Amino acid sequence: MILQHLILILLAGGIIAWIAGKWSPIATRFISLITVVTDFILVLILLINQGEYGQKQWMEEFTALWIPQFGIGIHLALDGLSLLMLILTFFIGILAILVSWKEITSNTGFFHFNLLWILAGITGVFLSLDLFLFYFFWELMLVPMYFLIGIWGHENRIYASYKFFIFTQASGLLMFLAILGLYLVHGNNTGNYTFNYQQLLGTTISPAMEWLLMAGFLAAFLVKLPAVPFHNWLPDAHTEAPTAGSLILAALMLKTGAYGLIRFAVPLFPDASTAFAPVGMILGVTGILYGAKLTYAQTDLKRLVAYTSVSHMGFIILGVYAFNELAYQGVVMQMIVHAISTGALFIIAGQIYERLHTRDLNRMGGLWEQMPALGSMGLLFSMASLGLPGLGNFIAEFLTLAGTFQTSILFATLASLGLIAATVYSLRIVQKIFFGRKESEYVTNDLSVREAVVMGVMVITILFTGLYPKPVTDTVAPAISNIIGAKENQGRSEPGRQSGAVIYIETLPEKLKGLNN
Amino acid sequence: MTTLIWLIPVLPLLSFLIIALFGRLLPKKAVAILGFGSVALSAVLTIVAGIGFLSSPPPEGVILSKIYTWIETAGFTAQIAFLFDPLSLVFCFVITFVGALIHLYSIEFMSDDDGFSRFFAYMNLFVGSMLILVLADNLLLLYLGWEGVGLCSYLLIGFWYKEPDNGYAARKAFIVTRIGDTAMILGLFLLFVSFGTLDISDLMQDASEKWVTGSPLAVISALLLLGGALGKSAQLPLQTWLPDAMAGPSPVSALIHAATMVTAGVYLITRTHVLFMLAPVVMTAIAIIGAVTLLVAGFSALAQTDLKRVLAYSTISQIGYMFLAMGIGAWSAGVFHFMIHAFFKALLFLSAGAVIHLLNHEHDIFRMGGLRKKLPVIYITFLIGGASLSALPLITAGFYSKDQILWFGWSSVISSHWLWLAGITGALLTSLYTFRMIFITFFGETKTEPAHKSGLIMTIPLIVLAVLSLVGGFIEMPENIGPMHLFSGLFDGFLPDVILNERGNHELILQILSGVVTFGGIWLAYRLFYKKSAFAIRYKESRINKFFYSGWGFDRLYALLFVRPTAWLSEIDKKDFIDLIYKNIAGVTVYFNLIVSRTQNGKLRWYVLVLTIGIVVILTFMISL
Amino acid sequence: MVTVSMEMQILFAGLLFLTGLVGFLVRRNIIFMLMSIEIMLNSAALVFVIAGSHWMQTDGQVMFIFILTVSAAEVSVGLALILQMYHHFKTLDADALKKLRD
Repeated sequence: MILQHLILILLAGGIIAWIAGKWSPIATRFISLITVVTDFILVLILLINQGEYGQKQWMEEFTALWIPQFGIGIHLALDGLSLLMLILTFFIGILAILVSWKEITSNTGFFHFNLLWILAGITGVFLSLDLFLFYFFWELMLVPMYFLIGIWGHENRIYASYKFFIFTQASGLLMFLAILGLYLVHGNNTGNYTFNYQQLLGTTISPAMEWLLMAGFLAAFLVKLPAVPFHNWLPDAHTEAPTAGSLILAALMLKTGAYGLIRFAVPLFPDASTAFAPVGMILGVTGILYGAKLTYAQTDLKRLVAYTSVSHMGFIILGVYAFNELAYQGVVMQMIVHAISTGALFIIAGQIYERLHTRDLNRMGGLWEQMPALGSMGLLFSMASLGLPGLGNFIAEFLTLAGTFQTSILFATLASLGLIAATVYSLRIVQKIFFGRKESEYVTNDLSVREAVVMGVMVITILFTGLYPKPVTDTVAPAISNIIGAKENQGRSEPGRQSGAVIYIETLPEKLKGLNN
Repeated sequence: MTTLIWLIPVLPLLSFLIIALFGRLLPKKAVAILGFGSVALSAVLTIVAGIGFLSSPPPEGVILSKIYTWIETAGFTAQIAFLFDPLSLVFCFVITFVGALIHLYSIEFMSDDDGFSRFFAYMNLFVGSMLILVLADNLLLLYLGWEGVGLCSYLLIGFWYKEPDNGYAARKAFIVTRIGDTAMILGLFLLFVSFGTLDISDLMQDASEKWVTGSPLAVISALLLLGGALGKSAQLPLQTWLPDAMAGPSPVSALIHAATMVTAGVYLITRTHVLFMLAPVVMTAIAIIGAVTLLVAGFSALAQTDLKRVLAYSTISQIGYMFLAMGIGAWSAGVFHFMIHAFFKALLFLSAGAVIHLLNHEHDIFRMGGLRKKLPVIYITFLIGGASLSALPLITAGFYSKDQILWFGWSSVISSHWLWLAGITGALLTSLYTFRMIFITFFGETKTEPAHKSGLIMTIPLIVLAVLSLVGGFIEMPENIGPMHLFSGLFDGFLPDVILNERGNHELILQILSGVVTFGGIWLAYRLFYKKSAFAIRYKESRINKFFYSGWGFDRLYALLFVRPTAWLSEIDKKDFIDLIYKNIAGVTVYFNLIVSRTQNGKLRWYVLVLTIGIVVILTFMISL
Repeated sequence: MVTVSMEMQILFAGLLFLTGLVGFLVRRNIIFMLMSIEIMLNSAALVFVIAGSHWMQTDGQVMFIFILTVSAAEVSVGLALILQMYHHFKTLDADALKKLRD
C-alpha cells in the first residue's frame, strides 16, 4: 500500500512547493523538506518491518491497470535492493534540500518542483516492475534535471544541460526500442503481449535477437553509469550543475544505471550477458583506470570529483559482470558508499565555492588553517575515495574485487591498479586545497551548524558502512540470490561454459588445486 | 583480565576521537594527559596481560578476544577479533611502551606548536591502528590497521602542512607504500579464493595441509604479501619514501619510522611464517633483499649530512637485518632485533630531535659540533644509542641482537656465508656512519649555539630508553656468554627454531670478529672524521659520494620510470579525446543544419519552386509504379 | 464545327497551367504573380468545363462559376495584402518579403 504513495507524495509535494514559491522561498524549502522527510520515514518503517516478509521475493507490491489492451500496467514492487536504494534516495534528497538552502535564491519554487520530480522519477525507476512504466520514470528523471542544470547552473550550463539531455535521451530511446522488441518477441512466443517483468523473465529469444535487445538496454544503462566511452556527459553535467544537482546526479542517477543492469539487463538476457561479460569487465577496468588518469590532470575541483565518479563506477560494471554473490554484494555496497562519499565531496566543493567563488584548484591552498573542520571532512572523504579501510568504500571495493577475483584473476588485478591511481588523485585533492601555500588571499569561516549537520550525518554513515556493513549486506542478500538464480535458471548454457579469457562458475579453487599437483 | 585485550587498541582510539572532536576546546594540558595517558594505560594493560599470559599460559597458547562480526556475506566472514600470543605480546609491548615514552617527550617537544591537539590526535590514531594491526586475528583486520598506520604516517609526515615539500614527502610515502599494499591485497584475494577465509590461524593450518612446499600458489601469495611488507618496511625496491619522511617532527620519526610502522612488514612475515616456509624461494628472496638493502642503506647513511637522514637510512639498514634474519629462518632473532632496535633507534631519533629543536631547527651535522659540553645529557644518551646501534660488545643490547643474527647467518642451514659477509660488512658500515655522526655532531668546535636546555619531560624518556638500550639484551644471550634464552623461550612452539648445520661451534670466533669490526669502525670514524683527514675531505666531493648521498640514485630512477611518464600521460589527454567524438557529431549536425537551413530563405518563389519539383517527383513515382 | 479531341483540350488546359506556373516563378512583381495565379485557376476551371462538355452535363459549368467566385474573393484579399506589403516595404518586389523570415 505504501509504494504508490511514495511517488505520489513527491509529485504532489513538488506542485505545492512550486505554488508556495510564488509567495515565500522559505515556505518552499520547508515544504519540500517535509515531503522528502515523510517519504524517508515511510521507507524506514519498511526497513524496520523487514523481518516480517520472510522469504518472499517481493516485500511489497502494488498493481493497478493502466492500458490493459497493450499489457501495460502499473506494477510497483520492493525487495531488499530497491529498499536500500530508496533509503539512499530519500536520504540524499534531504541532504540536497539542505545543501541548497542558501545556494538557490532565484525561482526557488520551480527549483524545488524540479528537485522533487527528479526524486519521484528515481523512486519510480527503483520500484517499477512493468517495463513501460520503468521507461516512463526513466524519462521523467531527465527533464527536471535538464532544467536544474540549465537554469541554476554555472557558467557553461546550457552546453552541459544539452549534452546531458541528448546523451541520456538518445540512449533511453534505444532502450525503449529494445523494450518494444522484447514485448513483441514475448508476445510472438506466448501470445501474451505484456510489459510485465516477471512474465518477461525467461522469454526464449534467438541469440542474435537477444544480443540486439540487450544492446538496447545496455545503451541506456552504460550511458547512465557511465561507462567509458559513453561518459562524456558526466564531467560537464556535474561541474555546471548547482550543488544539489551534482549531488543528485552523482549519488542517485548514476545508481539507476547500475540498478538497471542488475535488475533488467542481466536477468532478462542471461546468455547474452554471459557472452558480453568479458567486454563488460574490460569496460569496467577501462573506466577505473582511464577515469583515474583523467582525474589527476583536472584543475577544476568539481570536474575532478566528477571524474572520480567515472572511476568508481568502473568497479560496479566490473562487479556486475562477475556474476557471483560476493561481487554483487560489493556492487550494491559500492552504489551506496559511492553516493555518500562522492556526494560529500561535491557538497564540500559547493561549500568551498560559496566561500571562495572559485573552483580552480590552482587558486586554493592552505585552507586548513582557517577551516580545519571542513579540511578534516575533505580529508576523510578523500580517504574514503581511495578506499581506506574503516570507511565504507573499502568494504565495497574489497567485496567487488574479491568476487571478481573468483571469476577472473586478470581483471581483478588490473582493477586493483586502480587503487594506486585513486591514492594519487585523492591525495592531490587534499594537498591542493587544504595544505601547502595559500595561492590567494581570503578570509573565510568554517562550517556553519547546518553544514556541520549535513557533513556529520554523512561521516556517520560512511563509518557505519565501513565498520558494520552487516545490515546492508543482510538486507540485500535475498534479492541478490534471486537475481543470480534468475540468471542461472533462465540461461540455457551449461554451467562452467568458458567464454574467452574469463573463467566462470567452475570455481577457482579447483582450478588452483589443479595447479598445485 | 585477559579478556580485556580489546581495551589495548581501543583506549588510544577513544582518545583520538575525543581529541579530534573536542581538541580545540580543551586546554593543552588536558590534551596532553589524554594523549599520553591513553597510550600509557595501554602499556600498563599490555604488561599486566603479558604477565598473566606468561605466568599461566592459556590452553591453546593464545587468547582470543572477539568483539563482533564485521563482515558476513556470500560465504566470507571476517571478525573484529584480537589474538594475543607471544608475538603480539612483544609487539604490543614495544608499541605501547616506547609509544608512551615518545608521547611524553612530545608534550614538551610540540608545546609551542599551534597544531598541538592535532598532533596528539594523529599520534593516538596511529598507535590505535598499529595495535589493531598486531592484534588482528584475520588478515582483513590486519589490513585495516595496515592502512590506518599508512594514513597516520601521511598525516604526520605532512604535519607542518604549510610547507609544500612536506606535503610532497607525505604523498610520496603514502603512494609508495600503497603500491606495496596493492600487492598485499592481491595476495589476500588469492588466499581467500584458495581457502575461503582470511582468519590467520585457519589460513596457516589450511595452507600447511593443502599446499606442498614450493607450490606455485604458495610462492605467489607469499610474494604478494612480501610486496606489502617491502613497502611498509622500506626495503628495496620500495625504500625511497623513508628518508624524505624525515620532514615530519622527530617524535613521528621515532615512533613511526623507527620503532613501529616500518616494522609492520616484519610482523606480517613473522605472523604468516607458515606460508613463507612453504615457499623457500621466497625466503631466499627475503634474505637477499634484506642483505642487499642493509648494504645499500649503510653506504647511503655514510654520505648524509642531515642528522635525521643518517638515522633514516640506518633504520632501513637495520630492518634489512631483520629481513635477513627472517629469510634464514631465524624468526625469534628477527623479532628480538626488532625490539632492541626500537629502543635504541627511538632513543637516537628523540635525542636527534632534541638537538635539532635546541639548535633552532638546524639539521646539518656539519653546522653542529662541540655539543658534548653544551648538551651533556643528550650527548650521553645519544652515545649510548649509537653504541647499541653499532653493537658494542657485551655492554649494549644491540650487540646481543645483532650478533644473534650474524651467528645464524653463518650457521643456519638455509643461509649462506655470503649473507653473513654482507651482515658483517654492514656492521662495519654501521659503526662507521654512527660514529661519524657522533664525532661531527658532538665533538669539535661549536658552529651553532643551543638556544636553551631541554626540560625534564623530554629527558626522562631519553634516559629510560638509554637504560633499555643497554640492559635490554640481557634476556637473550648466546650460549658461550651465559645461557639466557628468555626471549626465544617465549616463542617455543610458536616460531620454529633455526636449524643449524653441524659445522662446529664457531660462535666465539664470530663474536670476536664482530667486536673487532665494531671497534674498527669506531677507529676509522675517529681517523676520518674526528681528525678530519684529507682523504675524507676529498671523498666528500667525489662522484661516488654523491651517488651514495642520493640513496644510490633510486629517486632519479623512479622519477624517470614512473613519475614523469605518469605526469606526461595525464597531461596529454587532459581534455579527454573521447569528447572529440561527441563534439564532432554535434559539429556535423550543426554543419548540416547550416546547409539545410539555407532552404528557409523566406523567398516565396523559392518555396513554390520546391513545391513544384516535389509534386513532379511524386507524380513520377506514382506513375511509374 | 471542328471537334477537338479531349486530349488536346486537356493538353491546352495543362499548357495554360504551366504558363501560369512559370509566370509565377519567373516574375518578381507581386501583381504579376497574382495574375499568374489567376491564369492557373482559370486553367483548372477550364478542365472542369472540358469535362462537363465531354460528359454532356452542366456540372462542369457550375464548377466553373464556383471557381470564378472563389478566385474573385481570393484576388480581393490578395490585393489587400499587396497594399499592406507596399505600405510596409515600399516595393512590389516579392523577394523583399524574405525579411519576414527574421
